Amino acid sequence: MADRARGGIAAARLSPQEAEAGFADLHPPLDRRAAAVAADRCYFCYDAPCIAACPTGIDIPLFIRQIAGGRPEEAAKTIFDQNILGGICARVCPTEDLCEGACVREEAEGKPVEIGLLQRHATDSLMAAPQHPYRRAPDSGKRIAVVGAGPAGLACAHRLALHGHAITLYETRHKPGGLNEFGIAAYKATGGFAQAEVDWITAIGGITLETGRRLGADLTLEALRDSFDAVFLGLGLEGVNALTAEGAELEGVADAVGFIAELRQAEDLTALPVGRDVVVIGGGMTAIDAAVQARLLGARSVTIAYRRGRARMGASRYEQDLATSRGVRILCNLRPVAVHGTDAATEIELARTVETGAGLVDTGEHLRLPADQVFKAIGQRLVLEGGPAQRGGRIAADAHGRTSIEGVWAGGDCVSAGDDLTVWAAAQGRDAAEDIHASLMRAEAQPTGARIAEAARGIAAAPRGAMTALDRRQT
Amino acid sequence: MADLTTTFAGIRSPNPFWLASAPPTDKEYNVRRAFEAGWGGVVWKTLGAEGPPVVNVNGPRYGAIYGPDRRLMGLNNIELITDRPLEVNLEEMTRVKADYPDRALIASIMVPCEEDAWRAILPRVAETGADGIELNFGCPHGMSERGMGSAVGQVPEYIEMVTRWCKRYYDRPVIVKLTPNITDIRGPAQAARNGGADAVSLINTINSITSVDLDSLSPEPSIDGKGSHGGYCGPAVKPIALSMVSDIARAEGTRGMPISGIGGITTWRDAAEFLVLGCGSVQVCTAAMTYGFRVVEEMKAGLSAWMDEKGYASVAEVTGRAVPNVTDWQYLNLNYVTKARIDEDLCIKCGRCYAACEDTSHQAIAMSADRRFEVIDAECVACNLCVDVCPVEDCITMTRLAPGEVDARTGKVVTADYANWTSHPNNPAVTATAAE
Repeated sequence: MADRARGGIAAARLSPQEAEAGFADLHPPLDRRAAAVAADRCYFCYDAPCIAACPTGIDIPLFIRQIAGGRPEEAAKTIFDQNILGGICARVCPTEDLCEGACVREEAEGKPVEIGLLQRHATDSLMAAPQHPYRRAPDSGKRIAVVGAGPAGLACAHRLALHGHAITLYETRHKPGGLNEFGIAAYKATGGFAQAEVDWITAIGGITLETGRRLGADLTLEALRDSFDAVFLGLGLEGVNALTAEGAELEGVADAVGFIAELRQAEDLTALPVGRDVVVIGGGMTAIDAAVQARLLGARSVTIAYRRGRARMGASRYEQDLATSRGVRILCNLRPVAVHGTDAATEIELARTVETGAGLVDTGEHLRLPADQVFKAIGQRLVLEGGPAQRGGRIAADAHGRTSIEGVWAGGDCVSAGDDLTVWAAAQGRDAAEDIHASLMRAEAQPTGARIAEAARGIAAAPRGAMTALDRRQT
Repeated sequence: MADLTTTFAGIRSPNPFWLASAPPTDKEYNVRRAFEAGWGGVVWKTLGAEGPPVVNVNGPRYGAIYGPDRRLMGLNNIELITDRPLEVNLEEMTRVKADYPDRALIASIMVPCEEDAWRAILPRVAETGADGIELNFGCPHGMSERGMGSAVGQVPEYIEMVTRWCKRYYDRPVIVKLTPNITDIRGPAQAARNGGADAVSLINTINSITSVDLDSLSPEPSIDGKGSHGGYCGPAVKPIALSMVSDIARAEGTRGMPISGIGGITTWRDAAEFLVLGCGSVQVCTAAMTYGFRVVEEMKAGLSAWMDEKGYASVAEVTGRAVPNVTDWQYLNLNYVTKARIDEDLCIKCGRCYAACEDTSHQAIAMSADRRFEVIDAECVACNLCVDVCPVEDCITMTRLAPGEVDARTGKVVTADYANWTSHPNNPAVTATAAE
């Protein structure tokens, strides 16, 4: 019997029907007709700003035009050529900050072309086809170790396999997929999409997955370098920042990432315990995902407490609105100072803060909120002993993913460049793979990324050169 | 409220909106519904000669061209004239006219090019009380293979001959409906006038194949894997119709002849454009077939409001008002110099103007790294393509250079004088005249 009012952390706060409805697909897919209408809104801009805004440089106007032409499968090829994780990116990308944020129709009318949904329409079409669309090149004889089967590792492995290399893909967890499988809200990748995508990507062949293998435990970088021609590190951020507040050890205080991972792997959501009054500490995507899902599991009240002002929150405005529309309360300028309770948490005490020239300072005002469950979503960090040189707590890698160690490349959340997004990981994995390929085969690296401006038109080879109209007049 | 009452070639109707001879006017039931909905007149679906009626295909009769969001832009049909017995149509027409005496009821007729055929049908049509007849010399499909429809409309001598017969055997107004499937509409229109026609109506439909099914390789609409050209109509054909209407309104031999305008009229605005280019009434079909008869309400209200706004008291006052502004290319003012101007505040930075100008025109728009777009006056020929491709209304406009300003492209000072090709030094005819 569902019971939302029970205090403490309890399961079965909602009925199976409520769970199913709450965790359904956040944005139902466009059907063919809706896709045609959405595609028609694209202006096919010149050197489209959306392309420049996409970390993987997908030719968005082209793929939308292919959808408009009734060929979503070809549209998908345009997407996958740049980003083999185009399927999950269509679901989880903060498009409001990327392509859709740059769409000229956003500026024109505050309603961008629905690029994310169109990308999903295209990629779903091709992923439903029986054949994997890419054929692996003849075996190159080169072997590459890819450590981490998250987005960066998968993108890297697929691109390397495409070039004919043999890849061993090591993964710490019992399943591949990384954050797509364990770290994002369930309603963003329904129907086991993350696993299906991994199966689809690895269907190219030449990729051997080994789960339960951890760098620093049964794998060493030295051994990998000895037995492989190259190594790519696509590690996740396994360390969770600690909450420096009195009572942080009380029962009921937990990591948001652990909660999300557990939820994502749960067979029966109604069996998953959740607090009656939940407080999430943090301001990023993880905080939003944890808060919304706690609410969807039946928590009576869910509050996000963020220490700075709302404008500083890592989560996009869209995500913030999503949370509030699901009944999550977002409180800003509140810093946790103590969790109260005898054995288990019952309350959280927060100090009000203010941003000053000297940084964030307490105003002296405190308030208490009921909290039988407190989730920490205050950032993760890389846990890596030794290995390549780091910068700001992450691996330092150049634009090609090269690290300080010869023969070792890295990409994804474990490197300092880019944002902690699936789409960045996909771009970095792909680019590192091209560089590894070029370096192993002593070939010239193929350009990756957006084909706009001169690159899109081969202007360098054009007889006239890249003159502007103004230049021409002056000659 | 402006008076929409129309007298067209002597035929009165409460408004200038008639339903064209077509499927919507094939039966008493439909026509009564149309009149109830407020249509000013109806041209009944084309009648054929006495005897067994024509037959239609038993598969699809229509094919469509769609715009965004499946908006129907063009419609094609392979339907023939009425496939119901002449007797039945005449009886129904009689009843309808009796019940709606204030509405225009026109009989469209298509019988073989034989005097006897026309002499036989005309008195029977007259008995219905119809206000006039429209000679269907326009349908380009099916009937044309039998020497009727556009097969007649393409031969001015036939038009004149048949029109003459009709004027001889029928004493009410005779309207000749013209086919656009010719090279110069003025010939057929002149022939109609020579034959004594009271008016012309145009355009009938245009020869067309709407599309080809790329799996079956059959043209659409497909009848058992084969297709035949049909007649094209709907919003897509309006510009063609407007041009032909204006040709007849301007031509010396046909000037002043009443014209009933047909071709893609969907809103009051379309209708007003036909009127100002010389039409005294308009006929609608595709818009009604797409949206139903109630579209006439928007047309009447819109036309009336526009006429009030402009101070036009009657439809007759509107007819032909724009005709003096239609001229030949050779008389266009070559001293009218404009330049494109881009409003940076309205610009959404899509770059379509740049792509269009740089790739396909005169390289007259500069694009900066931060996507600001600026017209290069020294290159701009004022072609208007940037205006046409810009998705934002009024973002790019053509601004006239004032007399005294220098056109940066030609280096010449703009003058206020009117000058056209007929006096231009590059015109060989001018040189020839000067040499004489």
